[in-house]
Amino acid sequence: MNNRLVAFLVGIVIGAFALYFFLPGPATHLTAAQPVATDAAAKKAGPTAAAAATLDLVRKRGYMQCGVSQGLAGFSNPNDKGEWSGIDVDFCKAVAAAVFGDANKVKYRPLSAKDRFTALQSGEIDLLSRNTTWTMSRDTSLGFDFAGVIYYDGQGFIVKKASGITSAAQLDGATICTQTGTTTELNMADYFRGHGMDYKVLAFEKNEESLSAYDEGRCDAYTTDASGLFAQRLIMKNPDEHLVLPEVISKEPLGPLVRQGDAQWADVVRWTLFALINAEDLGVRQSNVEMMKVSDSPDIKRLLGTEGAYGQALGLSNNWAADVIKAVGNYGEMYNRTVGPDTPLGIPRGLNALWKNGGLMYAPPIR
Amino acid sequence: MRPPDKNKSFGPMAWTNPRLRSLVYQLGAIAATIAIFTFFALTARANLERQNIASGFGFMNNTAGFGVIQTLIPYSEESSYGRVFLVGLANTLLVAVIGTVFAVALGFVIGVARLSGNWLVSKLAAVYVEVFRNIPLLLQLFFWYFAILRPLPAPRESIVLLPDVFLSNRGVAMPAFHPTDATSLFLIALAVAIVGIIVLRRWARKRRLATGQSFPDGRIALGLLIGLPLLVFFAVGAPAQIEPPVMGKFNFDGGWRLLPEFVALTFGLVVYTAAFIAEIVRSGILSVSKGQTEAAHAIGLNNSQTLRLVVIPQALRVIVPPLTSQILNLTKNSSLAVAIAYPDLVSIFAGTVLNQTGQAIEVIALTMAVYLVISLATSFAMNTYNARVAIVER
Repeated sequence: MNNRLVAFLVGIVIGAFALYFFLPGPATHLTAAQPVATDAAAKKAGPTAAAAATLDLVRKRGYMQCGVSQGLAGFSNPNDKGEWSGIDVDFCKAVAAAVFGDANKVKYRPLSAKDRFTALQSGEIDLLSRNTTWTMSRDTSLGFDFAGVIYYDGQGFIVKKASGITSAAQLDGATICTQTGTTTELNMADYFRGHGMDYKVLAFEKNEESLSAYDEGRCDAYTTDASGLFAQRLIMKNPDEHLVLPEVISKEPLGPLVRQGDAQWADVVRWTLFALINAEDLGVRQSNVEMMKVSDSPDIKRLLGTEGAYGQALGLSNNWAADVIKAVGNYGEMYNRTVGPDTPLGIPRGLNALWKNGGLMYAPPIR
Repeated sequence: MRPPDKNKSFGPMAWTNPRLRSLVYQLGAIAATIAIFTFFALTARANLERQNIASGFGFMNNTAGFGVIQTLIPYSEESSYGRVFLVGLANTLLVAVIGTVFAVALGFVIGVARLSGNWLVSKLAAVYVEVFRNIPLLLQLFFWYFAILRPLPAPRESIVLLPDVFLSNRGVAMPAFHPTDATSLFLIALAVAIVGIIVLRRWARKRRLATGQSFPDGRIALGLLIGLPLLVFFAVGAPAQIEPPVMGKFNFDGGWRLLPEFVALTFGLVVYTAAFIAEIVRSGILSVSKGQTEAAHAIGLNNSQTLRLVVIPQALRVIVPPLTSQILNLTKNSSLAVAIAYPDLVSIFAGTVLNQTGQAIEVIALTMAVYLVISLATSFAMNTYNARVAIVER
């Protein structure tokens, strides 16, 4: 009898343990998005300390993992030797130069539009520099921090000249090809809805597939960011047969992003971008960095680390910005080398000029 | 009366008692399983919270904001993610149901053809089976979509299949049938015809059992099925308003249009699965001993009667269980839609919605649950059918 009682008690204990563990589990699914966020914010001191390891982790590993596109001319594109180039790739190099003083300590991870966020969330990459639009929901509910804007873009359409279409307003009833998992899909929906027009969207997972679907006539138009339209027109069967429509239907501020909850790493990435813009503003170029170190301007001295200890405050060396500019040049040089007027893409500076030249590029001061 | 079992009550040597021991082991195993899964859930939740990633199913009510090219239920960009889920589910079920019907029909035809005495027919069927069974499905889908449907001419230069049925690189455009006042009368006539046929067949069967005389019920049934609705047609007019597709600015407007993505996916699934079903049907028919056929011929049944009344009913017992798994395969394989941009559940829900909300765990769990439910429901239906056709001991 006694033993039966023991067995019963053992069962009770095990059952209680099971319940104790089991009950909080399902709550995961019942909790609404909002409380979780505030909850986490309240506990920030604890978990943040654990997450603030990206810079140390990157240093320990010896290289940075940078998420880029699977191939978009001017932004991130591998050549036949497997060397990556483009403005997004240059930014990866800039961050590596800031951290290691060596722009080559980067490993590139080509990602589809659909997989890019999961790769960053899961820690597979340290930085996503992949022509990604800064939107509120990506910044908040997806759990990311955008470091800034590296390229101000806008969405456009490309059509076949033979169709006789010259304006997006004539696209009522058209079938339009695009890539799934992009803001493009949403902007297009907004545009057509807002103008009371009808459309059909055919969304492929891979960019090449949607582009070839358009090129082969499955769709009447293809839509993506305007810079992408210029880049992709180059790889179509006959680039001259296509026309980029004049309308720009959305704001697409493209920028690098990191996981939320690691303020130090976010600062490193953000100030690398600001240093690039400030360098152009101050006239510091790849060729004159060393000369500029002895400049009389206090702004330049602070940027290049000959005055103050701004690099140390970031957890880097004081000549971090000098290393960045030595590696990739200033923002203007980066732009002109990758997408600017003298490249095959031939995109004028436009919105991406410095604010004093009528653009939007403006960086807070280093002081 | 059995002798009292020593192990029944826990004696002083309880640990040597197999019942108690097995009980403890089982409870331990259950607890360990629960603990592991709880550990996973808690870890996931902690990680999500740490990275400020939203969790929970609250997102299902948020506005989706993107368009879907094929929607069977009302949908607009203002609809919620929950609605996108339903749209994707409907698109998946459409392919699964149509695919299953055609795959089973084609599979039966090929399977029977492979046993045909006609050398050419049986060899053609064999070639069909060996070709389509041995090429990966994804490649076949790519073939139908990229190599066959994509290079078709633009809508303006469409191939005319039938009057008002056009084939182009935008898919198939055909006339639409819209219901009119006469539609309900027409449907009633059809229902009356079907009920009449059932009654007639019962009566014919009874008469055959009683007198041995067969009755030409097939011909009368066909007459009823066509005659009654035809009568209504002459009495009240056309049962549906026919709207032919008209060339619009970019593509055909009006009419019914099948997307090339849908056609490629359904066709590919049907052709692939039918090859397996054909083999199942062939093995089922071969499992019926030759003596059955000979006996049927001996009592004067002709070839088609032998097949229909003697061989097939016995073959079904062997055919149905593996056929079920082929139907399940077809349903699950429909998720390859994502490769050719057909908006099925995996493509738009586990693809686009997942990307927009970033809630991978919830979205993937829900998608997996859906396939599980569809598969279990199919299994249940097929098992019920199997119980009916299984041999009944008399």
